[in-house]
Amino acid sequence: MSAAPTPLSAAEIAKAVISGRMSALEVTEATLARIDRYDEILNAFTDVTAYRARAKARAIDAAIEAGKPVGPLAGVPFAVKNLFDVKGIATRAGSKINRDLRPASRDATLIERMEAAGAVLVGALNMGEYAYDFTGENVHDGPSRNPHDPTRMTGGSSGGSGSAVGGALVPIALGSDTNGSIRVPSSFCGVFGLKPTYGRLSRARSFPFVASLDHLGPFARSVRDLALAYDAMQGSDADDAACTTRAVEPTAGLLAQNIGGLRIAVAGGYFQKNLFPEAIEAVAHVAKALGTSRVVEIPEAARARAAAYIITATEGASLHLDRLRKRPNDFDPVVRDRLIAGAMVPAVLVDRAQKFRRWYRAKVLEVFKSVDVLIAPATPCVAPKLGQVNFVLDGAETPVRASIGLHTQPISFIGLPVVAVPVPLQPMPIGVQLIAPPWREDIALRVAYALERMGAVTAPLPRGI
Amino acid sequence: MPADTLDDYIDGVAKALALPLEEAWRPAVRANLDVSLRLARLVDEFPLPDEAEPASVFTA
Repeated sequence: MSAAPTPLSAAEIAKAVISGRMSALEVTEATLARIDRYDEILNAFTDVTAYRARAKARAIDAAIEAGKPVGPLAGVPFAVKNLFDVKGIATRAGSKINRDLRPASRDATLIERMEAAGAVLVGALNMGEYAYDFTGENVHDGPSRNPHDPTRMTGGSSGGSGSAVGGALVPIALGSDTNGSIRVPSSFCGVFGLKPTYGRLSRARSFPFVASLDHLGPFARSVRDLALAYDAMQGSDADDAACTTRAVEPTAGLLAQNIGGLRIAVAGGYFQKNLFPEAIEAVAHVAKALGTSRVVEIPEAARARAAAYIITATEGASLHLDRLRKRPNDFDPVVRDRLIAGAMVPAVLVDRAQKFRRWYRAKVLEVFKSVDVLIAPATPCVAPKLGQVNFVLDGAETPVRASIGLHTQPISFIGLPVVAVPVPLQPMPIGVQLIAPPWREDIALRVAYALERMGAVTAPLPRGI
Repeated sequence: MPADTLDDYIDGVAKALALPLEEAWRPAVRANLDVSLRLARLVDEFPLPDEAEPASVFTA
């Protein structure tokens, strides 16, 4: 099958809508038609908010007609992982149980901010149950499917977000990342993803998983679109206790700044193990494009991953304790059994994990005194086949689910900002993490933009979609 | 930890927390807990000073 025409980026759509070359309603109708045609294959959407989207698009067109300001994302369609509150819809968070909740009475903060910038919400996206997932599979809604090969995983837990953007159904999607759930689907689906610094973007009115590890962020098919969405969503929010009070720090205007002065290194040791050849090739490809052969060790990364695992298991269990008691048979059994086990981990070990976390944070901040950006694999491999249970990693038969996040967990554990960039290997893409010091999303985005401009990374178009 | 000991522990905690535990779930719960405890050992054995503050300490 031949490739579809190149879809318009968010930046191109906004420009066309603001200039009057296209109406927001035309863009919305084209997007809804594309979702209608291709989501049968991808299963990325669990809700399509067509009525709402058309109303919003008409309002934008009317504002333009009246000469009123409409924002930098005017008419840009976007969709959100279904753990974001969407007014009028029960926030299912990938579960069966949450479908019984009352419909949300107000949108999540990040949806409000995207719409304030002119974007048009077109729906909610499939995800792994309660975000405890790296596969993108879901027993209640069926798996979201990889746009580059529908027999493969999208990655999780923001699988629908990766699939919808990778399949060019929408230019921008929002997701969440607790241990890798933005970076993993970005890698498997061949798109750009930004996991900002912990606390940067408000999580208000999104369904939580692990409060001390939860981040929200955007997916896009270009770095500029990623930055436009990120900039639109920044800002303090009293409704999220962890949200920063720092001033907004826009990035879109900084993307083209020269990166020649930046100190860039490849993460060594732990981050060069447990990899399939394609992941090694992708990291080498990015390092070569950036002209670096320097390798830097992140100390105690394996222990950091272990501590993240423990905190996740126990905080997650705490969150779901009542549901485990009352409705255990309504969980995905895989998720339920992990949560029950998490409830049984002694508290002293959790406290030690939290103490180790502070120690590790200090050590990694030391590393960033001599480095501006670290390059690391996003996933050990390209997207596995749907339903695949084990693979051979460094010579050992290893469970797929538990291993997909090996290289993302030690990074989100201390809230570092990361841009996942897609390396368009054939036949499947794979992502690489560009990791920056806290609050320096701008640096990771600038490096991603430079890589995109030199053609080293790009979001490949899926064939036949 | 020997499987029997772990099973006794699982039964005890399930009872203490009023968590349901069907026999069919036990192998997966045991396997998951075994992984958690193995990883937790990595953290447990890492020496930290008595003054180490947990990351969850907050500013009032």
